[in-house]
Amino acid sequence: MVLLTLMALITLAIVRVRNLFAVVALTGAFSFLMASVMMVLDAVDVAMTEASVGAGISTVLMLGALYLTKSREAPPRFSQVIPVVVAVGVGAVLVYGSLELPGFGLADTPVNTHVGEAYIQRVMYDADIPNVVTAVLASYRGYDTLGETAVIFTAGIGVLLLLSRGRGEDSQADGGEEGGGDAS
Amino acid sequence: MRLDTILRVCTKLFLPFIWVFALYVQLHGDFGPGGGFQAGVIAAAGVILYAIVFGKSAATRIVPKWLVEAMVPLGVLLYAGVGVYSMLMGGNYLDYDVLFHSPPTHYEAVHGQHWGVFLVEIGVLITVTGTMITIFYAFAGRGRREDRN
Repeated sequence: MVLLTLMALITLAIVRVRNLFAVVALTGAFSFLMASVMMVLDAVDVAMTEASVGAGISTVLMLGALYLTKSREAPPRFSQVIPVVVAVGVGAVLVYGSLELPGFGLADTPVNTHVGEAYIQRVMYDADIPNVVTAVLASYRGYDTLGETAVIFTAGIGVLLLLSRGRGEDSQADGGEEGGGDAS
Repeated sequence: MRLDTILRVCTKLFLPFIWVFALYVQLHGDFGPGGGFQAGVIAAAGVILYAIVFGKSAATRIVPKWLVEAMVPLGVLLYAGVGVYSMLMGGNYLDYDVLFHSPPTHYEAVHGQHWGVFLVEIGVLITVTGTMITIFYAFAGRGRREDRN
């Protein structure tokens, strides 16, 4: 509850603050809080991913992007009434939808009765891998993880296509280039 | 930042631990939390830290650009290759039971599962590390060029 309150406060701060450096720092803090929430929920794998990707890499990339642009958010050009209405509306629909969800961690929910239970019972016989998460991720759900890896591959290729135009001149300049990452 | 002694020394001190931790997260993923995705990001974070403190050109000397760009498809190929290999061995796509022997005994199936999961996670590690460093290099290189123009 404390963590969620802090997260809500940070979200408000992100909306209010106009200095983008502060916003990047706050999103990093938000990710760490999210990771803590995942720890509390016993989802250690997810917490680890959130901490390294959310708080680590994306903060660095945001700072890198910030280096290319101004560090202050431009004042909004249009009225913000419609975005607020859309955001509040979507939020209300999501909360309404979550009202019917079963309580967290109940044993008789669909999540805990069908394949989830079967995986937990069979994993030591099938694959002898004590961490069920890894077994499900890499073996039982190998197709999904292949898809995820392909998504990351696509992201990398996309960034390469977009950001490294004029490769020839770029690689020539590489030798004389000193500390491109310094300012980021 | 290149002149900041404390940062430079601390970075050099930390780097081996970061990379060993990445390997631990990768190889211990069967028993504890972690796996290819997390380990890949941690390994990439080590390189990015080095690039931030010592400059991109120093980083590209130890982890050259062509290497990370090759890693991006290589991991997916390794992953998909394990699937194709298991098909060649007479099983379904990504069916690790048959990696060593087909039809497998129970022991061989478990052995195959171990190796299948291991190889697939290595594939994930390679792609994730490559992609993260590639994205960072692309950003950093672009910043440099915009700066110069």
